[in-house]
Amino acid sequence: MRQFLSITKRELISYFATPVAYVFITIFLLLSGLFTFYLGNFFEIGQASLGSFFEWHPWLYLFLVPAITMRLWSEEKKSGTIELLTTLPVSTLNIVLGKFMAAWLFTLLALILTFPMWITVNYLGNPDNGVIMASYIGSLLMSGGYLSIGIFISSLTKNQVIAFIVSVTVCFLFTVSGLPIVLDFFSNWAGEAITDVIASFSFLANYSDISRGIIDFRTLVYFLSLIVLFLYLNVITLDNSRN
Amino acid sequence: MTALVEVNNISKSFESFLAVDDINFSLEKGEVLGFLGPNGAGKTTTMRILTGFLKPTSGNIKINGLDLFKNLKKTREFIGYVPEGSPLYNEMTTIDFLSFICEIRNIDKSQNLGKIIKLLNLDEVLLQKIDTLSKGFKRRVGLAQALVHDPKILILDEPTDGLDPNQKNEVRKLIKKLGKEKSIIISTHILEEVKAICNRTMILSNGKLLIDDTPTNVLKKSRSYNNLLVSVYDKSANELKKELQALNNFKYIDIDNNLCSIKLKSTSDASFLSNYLLKKKYAIKHYSINKGQLDEVFRQLTNTV
Repeated sequence: MRQFLSITKRELISYFATPVAYVFITIFLLLSGLFTFYLGNFFEIGQASLGSFFEWHPWLYLFLVPAITMRLWSEEKKSGTIELLTTLPVSTLNIVLGKFMAAWLFTLLALILTFPMWITVNYLGNPDNGVIMASYIGSLLMSGGYLSIGIFISSLTKNQVIAFIVSVTVCFLFTVSGLPIVLDFFSNWAGEAITDVIASFSFLANYSDISRGIIDFRTLVYFLSLIVLFLYLNVITLDNSRN
Repeated sequence: MTALVEVNNISKSFESFLAVDDINFSLEKGEVLGFLGPNGAGKTTTMRILTGFLKPTSGNIKINGLDLFKNLKKTREFIGYVPEGSPLYNEMTTIDFLSFICEIRNIDKSQNLGKIIKLLNLDEVLLQKIDTLSKGFKRRVGLAQALVHDPKILILDEPTDGLDPNQKNEVRKLIKKLGKEKSIIISTHILEEVKAICNRTMILSNGKLLIDDTPTNVLKKSRSYNNLLVSVYDKSANELKKELQALNNFKYIDIDNNLCSIKLKSTSDASFLSNYLLKKKYAIKHYSINKGQLDEVFRQLTNTV
């Protein structure tokens, strides 16, 4: 536990020691505002809700999260610090968990910094703050899913650009797996049952439930098990790289 | 006394390439072992296996009596390691980085860290980002990281690579000092470094261990070991060589660094030679015995061509 926290702390120090953290947070806030007000027609809808704000989160995460995760292992591999880190008396699990937790806390910070949105809707009207809270939780859970995928893919290569592109692609598939673009491909030859399973893997479908204010147990299990799965794969990949 | 490091028949292959080929040795406290070998000889791979970064394809390793790969966490507490090129978290400050290492190793920062910072003279760069440090300081931070837990075993992959002569000297002095209390393994390209700090030498080539002996004994394998080195003011080395060769009394004569390097058939030849030089009334510029040259042994053993 102590070691896990040390890793998390070190990762966070690294985020803020470079411009990465500041650039990420600024872009995240700018884009989420831009999408909400221009593309989401925040004012025209005439409702006191943050629906048009949360609606864009999957698409923001889709390319912003891989931008955080691409360096997490790739850079360690490239600079050789992985040799330093993995020969310290600390388990691979603790390292992976620490890195993931730092990235998740960092995303949480970016989410918290969107609070002016919340203040704005509360100033303009009487939104359902329960729904907003649920949406924030849902968004955070979903970001964890994206992060775990991104960190895992980063552990497969020492090239950050490759890590980024592959992560975006895999995250994209997970995002849209409930949309016709993917389902049509499967429904032609796979049975309805399989197509339904694939559809239920969709980040969008799971996320939209939460952002309506319903924290479904299944959604919670879905995102958490996805995170556990990819972190586990990450540990295995690293342990196998010894051979 | 049990050996601190015990290496039993380790081999490591990457796909079809055999990087380490059946290496055996054990190391005790007070031994400073120098790995010598051309690039690609398997020095770094061997060190990576000893630190548990890589698993050997076959063979096993015991660290302080414990099987390395069955006790990865425990055994690493005995080891301090500076990997090749001394990689560090460049975006961190020196003090943040060293504190991180202490936290992971569960070391009392206030006590041990201060000692190490003093030992390596890191006071002035504690708040500087590692990125901005000179190579010498980076190397020292790398060493500090490996020493905070006062390890019994220290493994250093080319610890003086890229340093200037003064810095090299400092690092060597430090290693020599630490060597009394620990087992140290260093790898290097610099042959005189081995003579200066190691009391045991291993020469590796193509993953094989060719020699495992004290530096003095390794020197004896030098072709020119015990050769007489002679030069005179009156003649050039070449002229002297021709003249002595005409005497037909020696095994062979080479020119080495503007000196005649003479392989004697027996010790009595030495008096024959000195008498001859005296008789000729040559003014002697140099007269010594070759103690052997490491680079010569190195070339003899590792030149497969």
